[in-house]
Amino acid sequence: MGSYIPSTREERLDMLHSIGMHSFDELYADIPESLRLKDGLSLPVGLSEMEVARKMEEISEKNTRFSHIFRGAGSYQHYIPAIVKQVTSKEEFVTAYTPYQAEISQGLLQSIFEYQTMICELTGMDVSNASVYDGATAAAEAAAMCRDRKRGTVCVSASVDPKTLSVIRTYCFGSGAPLVILPEKDGLTDLESWNAMDTSSIACLIIQTPNYHGLIEDGAAIANAVHNSGAKLIASCNPIALGLLETPGEFDADVAVGEGQPLGLPIGFGGPYLGFMASTKDMMRKLPGRIVGQTTDVDGKRAYVLTLQAREQHIRREKASSNICSNEALCAMTAAVYLSAMGSAGLEKVAASCMANARYLLDELTALGFTRKYTGEFFHEFVTTCPCDAAVLSEKLAAHGYLSGLVTGQSEMLWCTTEMNTKSEIDSLIAVIKEVLA
Amino acid sequence: MKLIFEMGAPGRGCDLIPPCTTPEVTIKVPMRKKALHLPEVSETELSRHYTDLAKQTHGVNDGFYPLGSCTMKYNPKINDAASLLPGFTNIHPLQDTKDVQGCLEVLSSIEEALCEITGMQACTLQPAAGAHGEFTGLLLIKAWHESRGDSKRTKIIVPDSAHGTNPASAAMADFDVINIPSDEHGCVDLEALKAAVGDDTAGLMLTNPNTVGLFDPNIAEITRIVHDAGGLCYYDGANLNAVMGITRPGDMGFDVMHLNLHKTFSTPHGGGGPGSGPVACKDFLTPFLPGLRINKQTDGTFTAKTAAHAIGNVRSFSSNFLVVVRAFCYILTLGREGIPEAATTAVLNANYMMHKLTGHYRMAYDHTCMHEFVMTLEQEKHERNVSALDIAKALLDHGIHPPTMYFPLIVHEALMIEPTETESRETLDEAVQIFLDVLAESQAHPEKMHEYPFETPVRRLDEVGAARKPVVRYISWEMTPTSIG
Repeated sequence: MGSYIPSTREERLDMLHSIGMHSFDELYADIPESLRLKDGLSLPVGLSEMEVARKMEEISEKNTRFSHIFRGAGSYQHYIPAIVKQVTSKEEFVTAYTPYQAEISQGLLQSIFEYQTMICELTGMDVSNASVYDGATAAAEAAAMCRDRKRGTVCVSASVDPKTLSVIRTYCFGSGAPLVILPEKDGLTDLESWNAMDTSSIACLIIQTPNYHGLIEDGAAIANAVHNSGAKLIASCNPIALGLLETPGEFDADVAVGEGQPLGLPIGFGGPYLGFMASTKDMMRKLPGRIVGQTTDVDGKRAYVLTLQAREQHIRREKASSNICSNEALCAMTAAVYLSAMGSAGLEKVAASCMANARYLLDELTALGFTRKYTGEFFHEFVTTCPCDAAVLSEKLAAHGYLSGLVTGQSEMLWCTTEMNTKSEIDSLIAVIKEVLA
Repeated sequence: MKLIFEMGAPGRGCDLIPPCTTPEVTIKVPMRKKALHLPEVSETELSRHYTDLAKQTHGVNDGFYPLGSCTMKYNPKINDAASLLPGFTNIHPLQDTKDVQGCLEVLSSIEEALCEITGMQACTLQPAAGAHGEFTGLLLIKAWHESRGDSKRTKIIVPDSAHGTNPASAAMADFDVINIPSDEHGCVDLEALKAAVGDDTAGLMLTNPNTVGLFDPNIAEITRIVHDAGGLCYYDGANLNAVMGITRPGDMGFDVMHLNLHKTFSTPHGGGGPGSGPVACKDFLTPFLPGLRINKQTDGTFTAKTAAHAIGNVRSFSSNFLVVVRAFCYILTLGREGIPEAATTAVLNANYMMHKLTGHYRMAYDHTCMHEFVMTLEQEKHERNVSALDIAKALLDHGIHPPTMYFPLIVHEALMIEPTETESRETLDEAVQIFLDVLAESQAHPEKMHEYPFETPVRRLDEVGAARKPVVRYISWEMTPTSIG
């Protein structure tokens, strides 16, 4: 059995005697006998570290590790610089708690302040929080920020990732908020439907751009229509795409959210990821979660501290803007290190490569008889109709070590490329597809 | 310290990505108009910057961290090592079930272990933190009442000693929060509870051991009162470390609960996450569980499907998976004997410290505690104007992370100490001596106590100013000229 208890049994007995007790059971005198676990836990005996290491390695090898990934749909494999992994494994950062004691947590607080600044730069918004759980919960929390007594309905564009929609639906079940879906047309948010709708009770519209089909939405036109109706616009964005594309701040969104995983976090079977959230300054006090602010100490030295805490659960309890306490601080730091390592030019280069590779893949697939389902401009994902059964193709590609696009219909696939999918890798994928189709 | 934006120079950077190998494309959509301003630093500067930041951060590895309610135990390295295995980190969450059998085995195995530890019958690993778990658990309660057509159950009862997340989660799930007072022992006032329950009671949220560090001996009676009124009982697992392997929430009468893997099961807190807040429940609530239900087949393979009446999903994918891997390693390591031994030692360490501090500091409740205890500085505040904050700030100069301050709210000038089981006797003895020295100094020089700390990278901060005129991002002439507030 492994154990992380430093004191020996003799030492512990000695400590027990020093407090006037004779058996460890006495410590639990308040627990009624009838509630005690009589025969102990029905679990295996503990293992040594070597045994645990072997077992975990064996289990991990039961997964299929694809060396060629052409799947995204909310989880994106990008290159993670060595410096990112090294910095974010520093024990001081890894083992600290939420920085309640600012005087001995300046490093952590400053790193969050820097993260907030980078998210503001990336999204073009005024204020960022310190993170929420993932992109989907960020969208759900943003909806809650927009609701009030007059306008309580949440509207979600049909082109938003269905996983995000599912989370928003769950949060709405909780809050009792009515939820309506705005239809899509040609894979894009259908503004005509918005204009035809009774929007008087709608608090916000949630869009995603690039959307679930990979298409880039017309943010400015949507913002204009939404604001004309007196509602607010929440834009869920891919942070890599923001290296190049118009920002939510520029197209006048009220809240920008998104999945921060592409910024240096491994795909890791879905988590931990990072929900980023940024808003206009008008909505700052409605943001959920931690926010770090700059201040000074008694000697006038610049310093950082958790601020605007009057929004938070430990102060406001049932009147708080959210219940969030632990968030994804280390993931936020990961994103900040990634963005610092990449720099503006690096991020633009990653974004441009993602986009160029996607077009190259599309062209090559088109030559094989695949057709693109939508015509709109796209970033690094696109949907094709395949000249064969999509599930069968996916399985055959898997046998060759390729994780294909995500099967989204009988003959439909949602493909994705990042900077990792170079021309030679795409060429070899195409060669395998040719072989499979033959 | 310089901000990263104040370092480097235009054009500096790291060469990380090769030139694009496919033809460049341009697209006809609006592009970013304002230039992107990210740091432009060399790898040397970047690396040293974060090393400097690390030096100004206190983690469990930097010293004693008795932050009550947070269970700041040692974070074993083997857990981190397992979470970095490429067979876990490089797995796409949307791979076919047959290609993720290892991940499903981890999820299924830890679900089974957590059910055994909690006395529950099913578990979802989807919630990313304790508060996320609370919200999820409350949605199960809501869905269950609704499924029975019982629509008038709109109230959640919460004791006044509860964590702030409890009422906040209840509000997010659109319940009315009924706060009930604690009795003079810091436990649930049975009469107040009886008066509060009724046919509008959806449920009760409770921590046991509670937030003053005591195990409520009336727990069976408490859950019975709520059940008799038709409500359900939610267990806030924040304090499970005291009793794991000793007693089980399921056996106490609770119907649904969350666990904090980042507290009880040793996964690191990361400066405020990522955590993991699985929700475990009794059989009758399992049809409502979010996420995927994983089943082990007779041939040893795993299948995954959605529960019949699932409340939906509370996040995009299965779990904070790499955190779950760490907690699974911990459970494998401790096993059936190690889990109760950790709990007992956590309780022993707390009582040992409490015993040594009694007679010097005033205990809020003079009774054998569980894994933590609460002291009150009310008298010092009254007599010498020395507050819990003053004591905490003085501790900073001695390399100790202060206890949790001003919580629970029912104790004035509270300091809540949770040593955990992973501290040695010497560490506890040294910490006790420091607490006593600080108290002695506060008696000799009460006025000096408001000045602490002196030795930390920065001294006491202007928190009021920070909130009144918020500066929440770096602003320079080349960046967006935004003034907030």
